[in-house]
Amino acid sequence: MLSAMIAGLLVAAVLAPLAERRLGLWAAPVLAALPAAFAAVVLLNFPRGGGVALTEVRPWVTDLGAELAFALDGLAAVLALLVAGIGALILIYAGGYMAGKATRGRLLAYLLAFLAAMLGLVLADNVVTLFVFWEATSVVSFLLIGFDHHKGESRAAAVQALLVTGAGGLAMLAGLILAGQAASDLGLAGTEAWRISAWATVDLRQHPHYFPTLLLILAGAATKSAQWPFHFWLPGAMAAPTPVSALLHSATMVKAGVFLLARLSPHLGGTPEWGWLVTSAGVVTMLVGAGMALGQRDLKRILAYTTVSVLGTLTMLLGVGTELAVKSAVVLLVAHALYKAALFLVAGNVDHGTGTRDITALGGLARHLPWTFTAAVLAALSMAGAPPMFGFVGKELLYTSKLDLEALGAKLVIAAVIANIALVAAAGMVAVKPFLFRRREPPHPPHEAPASMLLGPLLLGLAGLFVGLVPATFDRTLGPAMAAAILGREVEMKLKLWHGLSVEALTVLVLSTVTVAGGVGLFLVLRRRMATARRLLEHASRVGPTRAFNASLAALPKAADRLSRLVQTPSLGRSLSVIIAATLSVAAPSLILLGRPSLPAGLTEVQLHEVALAVLILAGAAMAVVFPKRLAAVVALGLSGIGIALLFALFSAPDLAMTQIMVESLTVILLALLFAHLPPSPERSSRAERLGHALLAGAAGVVMALFVLVVVPGSFPPSTSEYFLAESFSAAHGRNVVNVILVDFRALDTLGEITVVALAGLGVWALLRLKLGNDRGGEP
Amino acid sequence: MTSFILRAATGYLMPLLLLLSVFMLLRGHNEPGGGFIGGLLAAAAFAFHALAWGPRATLELLRADPRTIIAAGLAAALLAGVVAAAAGEPFLTAHWLPIALPGVGKVGTPLLFDVGVYLVVVGTTTLILLTLGED
Repeated sequence: MLSAMIAGLLVAAVLAPLAERRLGLWAAPVLAALPAAFAAVVLLNFPRGGGVALTEVRPWVTDLGAELAFALDGLAAVLALLVAGIGALILIYAGGYMAGKATRGRLLAYLLAFLAAMLGLVLADNVVTLFVFWEATSVVSFLLIGFDHHKGESRAAAVQALLVTGAGGLAMLAGLILAGQAASDLGLAGTEAWRISAWATVDLRQHPHYFPTLLLILAGAATKSAQWPFHFWLPGAMAAPTPVSALLHSATMVKAGVFLLARLSPHLGGTPEWGWLVTSAGVVTMLVGAGMALGQRDLKRILAYTTVSVLGTLTMLLGVGTELAVKSAVVLLVAHALYKAALFLVAGNVDHGTGTRDITALGGLARHLPWTFTAAVLAALSMAGAPPMFGFVGKELLYTSKLDLEALGAKLVIAAVIANIALVAAAGMVAVKPFLFRRREPPHPPHEAPASMLLGPLLLGLAGLFVGLVPATFDRTLGPAMAAAILGREVEMKLKLWHGLSVEALTVLVLSTVTVAGGVGLFLVLRRRMATARRLLEHASRVGPTRAFNASLAALPKAADRLSRLVQTPSLGRSLSVIIAATLSVAAPSLILLGRPSLPAGLTEVQLHEVALAVLILAGAAMAVVFPKRLAAVVALGLSGIGIALLFALFSAPDLAMTQIMVESLTVILLALLFAHLPPSPERSSRAERLGHALLAGAAGVVMALFVLVVVPGSFPPSTSEYFLAESFSAAHGRNVVNVILVDFRALDTLGEITVVALAGLGVWALLRLKLGNDRGGEP
Repeated sequence: MTSFILRAATGYLMPLLLLLSVFMLLRGHNEPGGGFIGGLLAAAAFAFHALAWGPRATLELLRADPRTIIAAGLAAALLAGVVAAAAGEPFLTAHWLPIALPGVGKVGTPLLFDVGVYLVVVGTTTLILLTLGED
């Protein structure tokens, strides 16, 4: 059921461009029916309490513990509802946003593919399933950030996001594997050890690998959810089209890291290590994001940094991990998804209606974009945490959960109040500044967005108001189910707008009032002092992780270049010397370890013709060294080669002999042709150089000979050749064992070899073409 | 540089060499030979032709671009491996036709694989040879 629905989304993604061509404007609403249906199915099967409503397991590579396993518990269900619900609205929005653009079909396709990946991720119950969908979201995010791939800025942002989240994803994979092995050590058998829900029966925290596991998994969560110092990719991701930012980079994908923490907190959480690491990462991110948000002019970048801040808050809450903190995280996560997606869509409407997102160029738009303004106010009130919005409930709970803590409580509350004051001010910058105050002259005369682009922001804004007014719709259904899944036990939830007159309730109310008042004040100051804030921020970001990332990214090719120059010089002779010297430095020490060389038995009777062949081979080699002309040297080498081929033939290896003869002849022809392209007379190398070459060549010959003498006598298990001789005809219908090995027993090796041969041929061809083209004056 | 002796010799040698290369390919499973040797032999035949008549003439004789031959060879080898997947067996498991063809012997995926090797070797060698031979 679940996997079929995910597959359905993928099929829809493939068909989306076709549908767009056929249905035009109606393609987006039609396609949006799919995620909407997904949301409906989740709602109908909503898990009760801490239970699991739907499970599905399909075998995949069961030996490696990989299955396609899905489970719909409270956490998965709430996130799936958010992803599918917001996804449906944003598909409709994207249809309007991209109206008249040739790339609309592609955008719809990517968005659907993203929905499939994200839903797979939140529903996953097997670590491999989780990882595959996790990486899929990174890849689709890469495609979407680089959607306008003709812009260098978009491509750079896409690569940056992929590198950061991809590296984190690999760390997470290592962590998940460690966790799975730990589960297996602790007694879970077979695929059970790789099923996340099954980890509840063992205590992974007891395992000696707990700490590295935790660190690796946190690295994955921190990169994906843009935690400091990995936060910098998220503002860059704003290069994506606005519907994408609303869906991936605010409401859903960036929550994946938080989701991972939530998913694993029953199994890995609750330890001091978890508490310190997760909480501190969250607090720092919360403050950094909130501060950075205030110095931005681009609507989307303001929103991006506030998203970073909220992600930090969520991480902090999961780090604290008390029942109240988890409930608070649940409320904040859902409230944020609703208002932030709405605000991004508002930013898209402003951009669409005026041609700019620069807040210094925007003002007095309320008259021209009344519906967008309404949505903006609804969402911004929720973001600012003003009553009676959902965001207000969330913030009250946030402060309560902090006051609840004994040791850290006061400090965390202060940090949260500071961050929230900044968020209130940012909400003003996004939702008030462009719409009220003095009219400015944007690039083109402002106009309201079409209905398809108003539906999303208005519905999302109203949802925030509705849940705030009737909290029972959340605290009886979604909220407790999700909190129960995170805590691993049943919980009750009671949200209210008015908490009565107890000391605690009043403290929280005072804090809330301080936050809103402080935020409004900050906004009013900031509105006039934008330039100052920006300058301060520029100074601060001189030493940020962005700089470190860019510097290391630039240093990597430089270091590679320097290494290549060292190893692969333009001179073939020097390159060969490097290769031979490197081989020797590995081979010579192992020669000592392998034992003494000894002459194989039965070498006493040397026949006359064998001596003759040896003389032929040696003479060829000697002549190759002495002859001054290239062609003569090559022919002399060929002589050596023929001698070796005859040796093969003599010692009953006809296949080798034939191959050797063919290779020798063709080599001579190829080299002869090659010389036509080279300058006529080669420069003689200096005496010292020749001496060096002779020493190196001599050492290589001696080491190789000793190697053969060490390895050959009796070190091959006789069973190998016996096996091949016996099986060759009966199992593989062939009497030529060499060939049967090549095309049947070890065919995979051969497949690899012919691939290498093909690639080498193409490489030679490309290089020669380049060279010949240059000779002809640059023609390719 | 035109060598009439070489041109005349090529006329006799080429068909023989090509025939020998196919012979080597087909008998490889039971007697010395195989795709690799066969491919090298064929390449030698084309090298002869290129030396006598020039690379452009050889390219016309080949009809197909050597790169296409390489691709065909890799595709044949890959196909020989994928056949097993249809039967749900591991990649590259050998499958044989129940009857032997006269003159060729038993036919199966290893032969197809060997044909792939043959084509890759022919394609690669002639590709380098003809590119080098261009002036």
